[in-house]
Formats: sequence, structure tokens, C-alpha cells
Amino acid sequence: MIRFEGVYKRYPGGREALRGVSFHIERGEMAFLTGPSGAGKSTLLKLVTLIEKPTRGTVVVNGRNTSRIPRRGIAAFRQKIGIVFQDHKLLYDRSVFDNVALPLVILGLGPREIARRVRAALDQVGLLGHERHAPITLSTGEQQRVGIARAIASRPEVVVADEPTGNLDPELSLDIMRLFARFNEVGVTLLIATHDLELIDRFGGRRLRLVDGMLEADDAFAPMAVS
Amino acid sequence: MRRWASLHVQSFASALARLAREPIATAMTVLVIAIALALPSGLRVFVQNVSTLSAGWEGAADFGVYLEPGTAEARARALANEIAGRPDVAHVDLVTSDQALADFRARSGFGAALDALEHNPLPHTLVVRPAGGAEADVEGLAAALGALPDADFVQLDTEWVRRLRVILELATYVVDVVSAMLGVGVAVVIGNTIRLEINNRAAEIEVMKLVGATDAFIRRPFLYLGFTYGLAGAGAAALLITVALALLREPASALADLYGSDFRLAGLRPLDAGVLVAGGALLGLAGAALATSRHLQEIEPR
Repeated sequence: MIRFEGVYKRYPGGREALRGVSFHIERGEMAFLTGPSGAGKSTLLKLVTLIEKPTRGTVVVNGRNTSRIPRRGIAAFRQKIGIVFQDHKLLYDRSVFDNVALPLVILGLGPREIARRVRAALDQVGLLGHERHAPITLSTGEQQRVGIARAIASRPEVVVADEPTGNLDPELSLDIMRLFARFNEVGVTLLIATHDLELIDRFGGRRLRLVDGMLEADDAFAPMAVS
Repeated sequence: MRRWASLHVQSFASALARLAREPIATAMTVLVIAIALALPSGLRVFVQNVSTLSAGWEGAADFGVYLEPGTAEARARALANEIAGRPDVAHVDLVTSDQALADFRARSGFGAALDALEHNPLPHTLVVRPAGGAEADVEGLAAALGALPDADFVQLDTEWVRRLRVILELATYVVDVVSAMLGVGVAVVIGNTIRLEINNRAAEIEVMKLVGATDAFIRRPFLYLGFTYGLAGAGAAALLITVALALLREPASALADLYGSDFRLAGLRPLDAGVLVAGGALLGLAGAALATSRHLQEIEPR
């Protein structure tokens, strides 16, 4: 589903963010991307979401080599990926409903289908009944859940999250991670960047550890029993 | 198809809503556009009115045949009848020197000064209205009447009408050039407004790109915004012209009446109003297209 082969990313100015990264996340897997800040986690996610293209090597997402996707094809490519941001990136002049509906409107679905899917997505993140609210009136945790609802509303097979719990307290963070684990159970492939090792110890799954632009470890973990 | 149509209706509605959200800023922009569009359109209406007015004059180019001073009134009368009999003359009026003096006294207010004169200095005059009105005939007729033994001179006043024609033609060209320049100006003003709007909404555009919005999807609301600005500006321009003409109609009619003319100021013709409104909307669309093609690409998620 997400395959990196000998990927290098050098930014203008010479900084090398990624140096020879290779891995393959299978369909239906849930993988955590860890490592100290500046290790290249964000760069890696940018390569997956086609915000950047690799300097060398290949990135294949959803069976498509991102280096071969022209500018015009980026939108269609992103329509098949759900992206969750640390800062939510909600549109604050629109209601919760309209925020979640955005990817569906882009897909050109009819109003009834949109309403149905938005409710389903909000139900999954536990925010049904907040549709008419303005995002600004919600707490940070709720706003993040709106962001997640938006990412899954179009039912993408791949969801990518960059520090989704970065601004949340431990309890809310756990809620969010459980939400992701639930999506994973229904077959969604997930790649979640986080530096919160304590949190992800509670979940099983793949762990990719980036240090200084290189993949230092790539292991599967069993969930740790937590009282 | 229905979905496509409803998407466009939605875009138009949301453009209107966006404009309504900042009424003062919107009103200022619309007013600038309206004035820029009203100026050439108003000039065009003015030129049209003067054209209609002067078209009336050319047809009825009466001219005066002044007889030699001292010609007897009976002779003048005979001459008038003789000229009236010509096939190229429609009508002849004799203004005797006494009538002319009385007229002049009544209209000029120089009564006292005229009393000081020993005798009437004014000649008998024949006011000739040519038949048909074609210009070549008029000049030939004038020459023929001027050659009559009792005629002193003929005052043919069509030259200035012809000059006015040419001036009006030139004015039409000038209005065309001014229209083109102000049209470009309107497109630029709207383009610039859209550019500011794009900058204000950079974060939103970035998010839309991240969730997979195509360029067309992102561009559409801005195009509608430009279209709406153009439409509103042109509508306001049509209103400005209509109001201005309504205010001028009464005085213009009064002036026309003083000259014994039944000329009435014509307003913006429906066709011209349609062209104005459609043109304004197209200019808005063009300005927005220019701005979006240049600036939307600059905003990419980082």
C-alpha cells in the first residue's frame, strides 16, 4: 500500500531529510512512525501525500509511483488518501458538517449521499449532533476528531496522520489512538507519525523508527498490557 | 448535469453571500467598477442623443435669402411666390423688414437703441425650406437663389452641421477607445480584488488542496466572485446612468422647448443596457480568470 525504495530527499540548500529509506506497509496494516524531531518524519509523510517528491528512489502509494504523477493528477491522487494534521487544518468559517463534507463535495457526490456519509463519519468519531456547530466552539480534542472525520468521510483506504495527538492531553490522545485502531480493524491502512512512545506502547502494530533521515528500526510489536 | 448545475448555482449563491459579509468593502469595489463602466456608457448615450438631435437639423436646413436693402415689399412678395413655385422648394416664408425689426425689438431688449435709428436697417428676408433635404440640392438651390438680381446674399448654414457630424463620428471613436481602456481597468480592478481575496484565503486553499480539491474546484468560487463583482458593478452603472438621465431629462426638455424643438433626451437603450451588464460580467470573469491563473498556483501545501 505504501512502499519506499531507497528514498532520498534533499531540500534546496543541501539538507538531507531522508537518506536511503526503504519499507513496505501492506494493505490493512497500522504502522507508527517514530523518532526524534528533525528525524524526517514529516518529510516522509509529505512524500506519501505528494506534498513533496523524492530526490532519489521511488515512493509507491496505492499502486502509483508518485514521481510519475503530473501536477494535474495530484488532486485525484490525494482524493484517495485521508490526511490528519497536528493542527487539524479545519476551515473555521464553516460548520463542522461543511468541514467534513468538503472531500465529498470535491468528489462530486449528491447532497443526500454527502449528508449520509458526513453523519456516519461524525458518528464514528463520536461527534454526531455537533454538525451545525462552528469548529471554534469545540475543544481541541473535538476539533481533532472533526479533522479525523473529514479524513475518513470519503472512505479512503489509506489514512496518514502527522502527530495527531501532538496537542492533546494523555487521555484525549488515547481516545484518538483508539479511534485509529478501530479504523484499522475495518481494513484501513494507517501510517501515524508520533513521538509519544508511551501512548503507542498500548497498541500493537508496526513501528518504524527514523533517526537522522535513516530507518533505524522496523519492528512489529504486540500490544502492551496496561492496567 | 443537474448536479453540475446545482454546483454552479451554489457557487453563485456563496459568492453573493461572501460579498454580503463585508458590505462596505463590497460597496466600495462595486462603486469603483460602476463609475468606470458608467463613464464610457454615459458618454455613449450622450453622443447618441446629440446624433439624434443633429439628424433632425440636417433634414430641415432652412436658409435665409436676404434681399437687397430698399427692395419694395411688393417685389419681395412676388419673389417669394416665384421661389415657392420652384420644384426644389418646399416652402417660403417672407419676413418683411418691419416684421424683422419688431421681432428683434421684442427679443433682444434693445428697444431704446433701435428707436435711435433713423430708418430700419434690416432687409426683407425669404426663409426657404428646400424640398427633399438632400445636401447637394440645397447648395445648388442656394447658388441659384443667390444669383437672383434682388438677392443680396444667401446664408446657407449646413457647413457646421456637417462638421458636427464628423465631430460626432470622432466622438464615437473616442468613446470606443475610452470604453476599451476603462474596460481593461475594470478587469484589472476586479483581478486585483480577487488576488487579495486569494491571499486572504490562502490557508483555506491549502487545506482544500490537501483534501484533494482540483484546480477547477478551487478556482470556481473565485471566478464566480469576479463575475458577481462585474455584474453588480455593471448593474450599478446602468442605474447611475438612468438616474443621471432622469435628472437631466426635465432641464433638457425645457431647453429644447426654448428652441422650439420637440427633442427629448433618450435613456440607455435596453440593448445597450444588456451589452453593458453582460460586458461587465465578462470583464469580471476575465479579471478573476487572470488572477486565479496567476496566483492559485503559488499556494501549495508545505
